[in-house]
Amino acid sequence: MRVTFTVNGRRQEADDVWEGESLLYVLRERMGLPGSKNACEQGECGSCTVRLDGVPVCSCLVAAGQAEGREVVTVEGLAGEDGRLSTVQQAFVDAGAVQCGFCTPGLLVAADELLERNPEPTDGDIREALSGNLCRCTGYEKILDAVRLAAARTGEAV
Amino acid sequence: MTAHRTRAATAPGRTPTSLTQGTQDGLTKGGIGESTLRPDGILKVTGEFAYSSDLWHEDMLWGYTLRSTVAHARIASIDTAEALATSGVYAVLTYDDLPTEVKHYGLEIRDTPVLAHGKVRHHGEPVALVAADHPETARRAAAKIRVVYEELPIVTDEASATGPDAVLVHEHRDDHHSGHVPHPNIVHRQPIVRGDAAAAAARADVIVTGDYVFGMQDQAFLGPESGLAVPAEDGGVDLYVATQWLHSDLRQIAPVLGLPEKKVRMTLSGVGGAFGGREDLSMQIHGCLLALRTGKPVKIVYNRFESFFGHVHRHPARLHYEHGATRDGRLTHVKCRIVLDGGAYASASPAVVGNAASLSIGPYVVEDVDIEAVALYTNNPPCGAMRGFGAVQACFAYEAQMDKVAAELGLDPVEFRQINAMEQGTVMPTGQVVDSPAPVAELLRRVKSRPLPPERQWETTEGADVRALPGGLSNTTHGEGVVRGVGYAVGIKNVGFSEGFDDYSTARVRMEVINGEPVATVHTAMAEVGQGGVTVHAQIARSELGVTQVTIQPADTQVGSAGSTSASRQTYMTGGAVKNTCEAVREKVLDIGRRKFGTYHPAWATAELLLEAGKVVTDGGEALADLADVLEGEAVELELEFRHRPTQAFDLRTGQGNGHVQYSFAAHRAVVEVDTELGLVKVVELACAQDVGKALNPLSVVGQIQGGTTQGLGVAVMEEIIVDPVTAKVRNPSFTDYLIPTILDTPTIPVDVLELADEHAPYGLRGIGEAPTLSSTPAVLAAIRQATGLELNRTPVRPEHLTGS
Ligand code: FES
Ligand code: FES
Repeated sequence: MRVTFTVNGRRQEADDVWEGESLLYVLRERMGLPGSKNACEQGECGSCTVRLDGVPVCSCLVAAGQAEGREVVTVEGLAGEDGRLSTVQQAFVDAGAVQCGFCTPGLLVAADELLERNPEPTDGDIREALSGNLCRCTGYEKILDAVRLAAARTGEAV
Repeated sequence: MTAHRTRAATAPGRTPTSLTQGTQDGLTKGGIGESTLRPDGILKVTGEFAYSSDLWHEDMLWGYTLRSTVAHARIASIDTAEALATSGVYAVLTYDDLPTEVKHYGLEIRDTPVLAHGKVRHHGEPVALVAADHPETARRAAAKIRVVYEELPIVTDEASATGPDAVLVHEHRDDHHSGHVPHPNIVHRQPIVRGDAAAAAARADVIVTGDYVFGMQDQAFLGPESGLAVPAEDGGVDLYVATQWLHSDLRQIAPVLGLPEKKVRMTLSGVGGAFGGREDLSMQIHGCLLALRTGKPVKIVYNRFESFFGHVHRHPARLHYEHGATRDGRLTHVKCRIVLDGGAYASASPAVVGNAASLSIGPYVVEDVDIEAVALYTNNPPCGAMRGFGAVQACFAYEAQMDKVAAELGLDPVEFRQINAMEQGTVMPTGQVVDSPAPVAELLRRVKSRPLPPERQWETTEGADVRALPGGLSNTTHGEGVVRGVGYAVGIKNVGFSEGFDDYSTARVRMEVINGEPVATVHTAMAEVGQGGVTVHAQIARSELGVTQVTIQPADTQVGSAGSTSASRQTYMTGGAVKNTCEAVREKVLDIGRRKFGTYHPAWATAELLLEAGKVVTDGGEALADLADVLEGEAVELELEFRHRPTQAFDLRTGQGNGHVQYSFAAHRAVVEVDTELGLVKVVELACAQDVGKALNPLSVVGQIQGGTTQGLGVAVMEEIIVDPVTAKVRNPSFTDYLIPTILDTPTIPVDVLELADEHAPYGLRGIGEAPTLSSTPAVLAAIRQATGLELNRTPVRPEHLTGS
């Protein structure tokens, strides 16, 4: 089948998609957007998190056909047009929240959505919002630091 | 499903790139001791970083591995005809297709078949390979391969593996351990005898014994095993892969392919964590075999289910301990026996045995010991390297013992540890004198003196915040039945490869002028697995060479070996190699300077000269020349090896020998809250104090300590691979059933970093990656014991252990 949807504001199309292919697979292998990660492909780790019509989802659990005609935002869509890092991206770099970085794309998409919804999250809010995103390297402390930093910087900028 | 040979025209080839830092912003310019930011950080937050599972090549095929569905069986037949006839399938390979006489590989003992031959020895062993134009086609074709198994009896523990009629996991052993082990199902045995434990026991006022069980932990790195093998025109192959040690892989791969090592060109791709699980080969040989057979690039990516079978795990262990002490709190002796389950293939088992034995009594002074550690061959999943190996299992048991003895003596557990704490000059059970700082008592003092987190933190003005309570969002309690406990532990880990191994690393460093600016290029084969070696190498080059701009080249086999990214060794070893080569490059640069400008200033001949901020300066701070002028028209490049002090093998009878390079210490205090009715545990805080010698990058050091601490927490309360005792099959190969800590399970982890230099190590640094994984687990266990009053002799602790149901 053919699937057509918008990714990071651009219309993308893939042909000969088998109906069993996930949105994650089509993004990574057919559209040249491997930023979303494949740590479990069973909905348990959040490394594949993208936004589908604004809502964070595990793209490994979404059949590619379900995205037909919809808006997808991936980690590749977070930075500005000019390549400037978004506030959350910059905060992850600055806070040391990235080690191997395999969890990072999913965490960034989830954290970005959290801050959009709740610009001044408590630690409890951050933990709750990111509880579906596994990280094996950092022990999460610096991820919390990064989200707090992004929230503070966003607050200052307003 | 149809093949897709092309994809969006924007698709990059996705091969690793050089990392250049120090060109634009002010943040990434630091030398050693600064919290310089990662050079790969921006690529990682934009999604551009090329992990091994992201690789893509025009016209590539997908490889898939068929694995055994039973633990121990004779293979009566394999029929691949139907799979081969499937449309879209390019190759199906079995043992019979292996091209040379070398059909096994292994880290130390080559006992692991590339593909099963006549027999499988554990659940999930690779049996056949398929290459097809779509991953699903490959999977479906593999399902059509008919393998007839005739099941054999299994051995799963010490009793069954060494009993009178035990089946042998490997029938014809001729490896270098086979001559000294008491049974062919024992991979390696290491006793350590020092003093007279029996006589010392007679002096003891109290004697405490205990039996402990440590469950099988998985590394659970997030980036799945994966890589891309591209056949080359010269008959060789280019392999892009995530690994911990390129050259060790190469030594194992090339003979199986029948190629000289120089025709197997390996490049490190982005690695999504490792923790020991990438020390053994996974898809490397398989991918190359398929690529060479089909003449096409082949990519293999395991899914999470397969990943649980695709790498070795942490050895589960049974440990028996006897500790004696006098009334005044001094240990008289320790006797222990540690039985590690190595599973079906040797992997790193011999080294795990050496660590477990030599570190078995912990960071304490005990003159009379009687120690034995063994690793078994069984039909359970193979076990090998995981962060802290050997030392982790022992620490769980000896720290439980220390609490028990303290309780028996009526002493405070921290005070009792401090009375017996080792220090610089202490003699280890192996006879090795610890000749650098060993601040064990001080680390304990630091975690103990930290204020405790306030009680009942879940209480808010709007009622209970369940996120801060045991059970979390499951909303199982609002504070009823919740009890707090506090526990302490401290551990000792060796750094680097031990027991006489010729451990070295190599660094190539080039210095030249580009666009009027002096620039350094560092090339090593070090596997960056997330730890931040690439950051530290640039920091070292800046400090030693006085440059700002440093380029780190991709790690590959075009430069000498860096050794493994394991054993907490890379900053010491490859950091040491970069430092060492930079120093030699600096001398050459100064020689050029003397030749060009020596006549202009007498200090060129008389003063100690340094490179700082782009200039040649005297130790008095006087600038003699710009580096750009010195290097104009010249480039200096050197590749040198670096070694640590030599070590010795442990005597096979007595365990005596200066076996270790360096020791590393960390202590934890755990504060837990337990819902005693439901058996649920909330770790409230897990504070760590660690001596790091010298923090080359404090931000990364703290990140390592927090990450290691969290893996220790995981195996305390949730992480365990469950192997069916009757079938030896893995029951929970998924993140649904094998749980690792989430951000809700992980507490705040305050870190106290001590920097006491080790004069034998580069910059005085101490390898840090593993020590925090040791003491974290027993600290959590001790806290749960304090909260519940239960004995808890196994880890991980599950709810039923706390409720008794
Ligand atoms: S890859 Fe989708 S949740 Fe893990
Ligand atoms: S940084 Fe490695 S999994 Fe999070």
